[in-house]
Amino acid sequence: MKHLLSTDGLDPATAVAILDTADNLKRTLLGREVRKLPTLRGRTVVTMFYENSTRTRVSFEIAGKWMSADVINVSASGSSVGKGESLRDTALTLAAAGADCVIVRHPASGAAHRLADWLAEAGTSVVNAGDGMHEHPTQALLDAATLRERLGTLEGRRIAIVGDVLHSRVARSNVHLLHALGADVVLVAPPTLLPAGVRTWPVSVSHELDAELPAVDAVMLLRVQAERMTSGSGGGGGNFFPSAREYSIAYGLNDNRLRLMPEHAVVLHPGPMLRGMEIASAVADSPRAAITDQVRNGVHVRMAVLYHLLAHEEETA
Amino acid sequence: MTPLLFEGVRPYGEGSPVDVLVRDGVIAQIGADVEREGAEVVRGGGGVLLPGFVDLHTHLREPGREDTETIATGSAAAALGGYTAVFAMANTDPVADNAVVVEHVWRRGREVGLVDVHPVGAVTVGLRGERLAELGTMANSQAGVRVFSDDGHCVHDPLLMRRALEYSTSLDVVIAQHAEEPRLTVGAQAHEGARAARLGLQGWPAAAEESIVARDCLLAEHAGARLHVCHVSTAGTVDVLRWAKERGTRVSAEVTPHHLLLTDERLETYDPVNKVNPPLRAETDVAALREALASGVVDCVATDHAPHAVQDKDCEWSAARPGMLGLQTALSVVVETMVRTGLLDWRGVARVLSERPAEIAGLPDQGRPIAVGEPANLVLVDPDATWTVRGRELASVAGNTPFEGLELPGVVTATVLRGRVTAERGRIRA
Repeated sequence: MKHLLSTDGLDPATAVAILDTADNLKRTLLGREVRKLPTLRGRTVVTMFYENSTRTRVSFEIAGKWMSADVINVSASGSSVGKGESLRDTALTLAAAGADCVIVRHPASGAAHRLADWLAEAGTSVVNAGDGMHEHPTQALLDAATLRERLGTLEGRRIAIVGDVLHSRVARSNVHLLHALGADVVLVAPPTLLPAGVRTWPVSVSHELDAELPAVDAVMLLRVQAERMTSGSGGGGGNFFPSAREYSIAYGLNDNRLRLMPEHAVVLHPGPMLRGMEIASAVADSPRAAITDQVRNGVHVRMAVLYHLLAHEEETA
Repeated sequence: MTPLLFEGVRPYGEGSPVDVLVRDGVIAQIGADVEREGAEVVRGGGGVLLPGFVDLHTHLREPGREDTETIATGSAAAALGGYTAVFAMANTDPVADNAVVVEHVWRRGREVGLVDVHPVGAVTVGLRGERLAELGTMANSQAGVRVFSDDGHCVHDPLLMRRALEYSTSLDVVIAQHAEEPRLTVGAQAHEGARAARLGLQGWPAAAEESIVARDCLLAEHAGARLHVCHVSTAGTVDVLRWAKERGTRVSAEVTPHHLLLTDERLETYDPVNKVNPPLRAETDVAALREALASGVVDCVATDHAPHAVQDKDCEWSAARPGMLGLQTALSVVVETMVRTGLLDWRGVARVLSERPAEIAGLPDQGRPIAVGEPANLVLVDPDATWTVRGRELASVAGNTPFEGLELPGVVTATVLRGRVTAERGRIRA
């Protein structure tokens, strides 16, 4: 594997290999006082974040450091265009300076793909840490790791993804990966927050959360930015639903809805959560929620990704 | 002027090869034994002789973005592509919304002299869609503007569009609309559909075009005005146009070569060379557009030739500017999509690339029959030759062609403007 740009087209064997590596790393590090492996000593990993992010950037940074890579954080504010250096020039500069891997988050869909094209000659690996509304593959991998942990397997499990699917890169990456790993996915959202052509995706679609809950093994909630969604001038023209209150009534996961779910079913959220909006506080803090597990697994999954990109190649070559 | 002899050519690709003599900018003789004395000979090799092409839709970027195209380089691209007249859109810097700018463009075109450059005037001041530009002053200027458009922007205010159409009837000009309801395309990046959804690119819905075309057809009909629809891109727009034409609305429409050949499948690489507005659409749209061009529901082909600087294309998708080169590849794409598929014969090619656009714009000396006494605005085509597109080798300053590396049929052998050879075998004749 040279890059990790999307889960679309990621073959299931590779995905499972990354998840298995993450499990092994987690077990290896469990209970250790010094959580550091020498695997990527001498390798340089650069995180390049063109959007605000705390959890993802920190998770990648910790992952790199626990693997003994040198991790450098570059934060660029706003778009690259019209405000100085182009994305291409920044990437080529970092590669020329010796980066073995560039981890990029960018507001433009496809930015990671473009980087991979520009860096092909330099041989630098690219990890997509979220590009616009397109994909966030390591989030899907850490969600899969968490679900495997809680449910044993994903084969035949029914996962509901609830909320703003239209704008969500997390939803897209999860749809591809969960489907590849044999899960049944149901998207639950108002029609305005489902993308055109969703009927061609390997999922079922519902507008009735209550009807779906009794049959699910997990519910994955997506963040819904009400202020952007309800005003008439927001992204994409706004007016996706009438009010935060109405959204919460129809699609929010509250205590009553938690009781509709089977005993074993889990609640996931990629964060940051809007408590009281898409998820009630009591649900977020209940033992059914695997939200902190997701964060914990995120580090191991990202260690595994870096391992497969930067170390594994040489061993198998 | 030295007389010009086309030796062994087939007008409209019909019949056995004949010779065509051009003298003093006019077709003087057609037949087997024309006068050869002192004439410059262009060997036809049985190639197809057509009226010179007319492009209702180009962006020549001068004044303002001479780093991407100039009237000189754009004229060269046009001549090499077989064109004898082109219309230069108004979205320059400064905007062509007044007599000074349109006369400048017109004069530069005359100085270069490779193709008739007709400036398009803006419909509204600064293309801002707020108040009408001085259409009458531009129409009556030396440039004699006959086509007005805010292309790049839609005249979306229905009242303003109604006024523009009404006002245009006294000037005998045509309003060319860039049909895009802006409230439906906020942030739009790609054809709305399953592919854009998967790629995370915000959708540009077909209805944003179709709703404006339907509205404008009704407004034009009520005003008794002429409407031209720029770069038709959807099957639904074709249906609306057919309906309007059946009602007798005075509406014409163009389709671009890229919308006849390419689909949104091109977006998979996120390479913005494929970014264009309106966006590349689905296969069903491409099929409907070809059919509509063949049947005449869509009148003509116009390139929407849009040069862009490297830095505006070699970037992330959403930051890239929309548009692609078209002047030197238009004929070949038409041959590939319309002639080789049997949808058009060479008479049909003459219609969609020359005769109809000349009629729509009211050019008296373009798109004329190939007959004795007619103006010698002609193009000679080798229908069997193929060539491989290389952006760097095109005459434009910019190189943003989506057809890079494609082998396409149909090569322009020579272009003749009023009896003078402007381009021959891939070279400009100054």
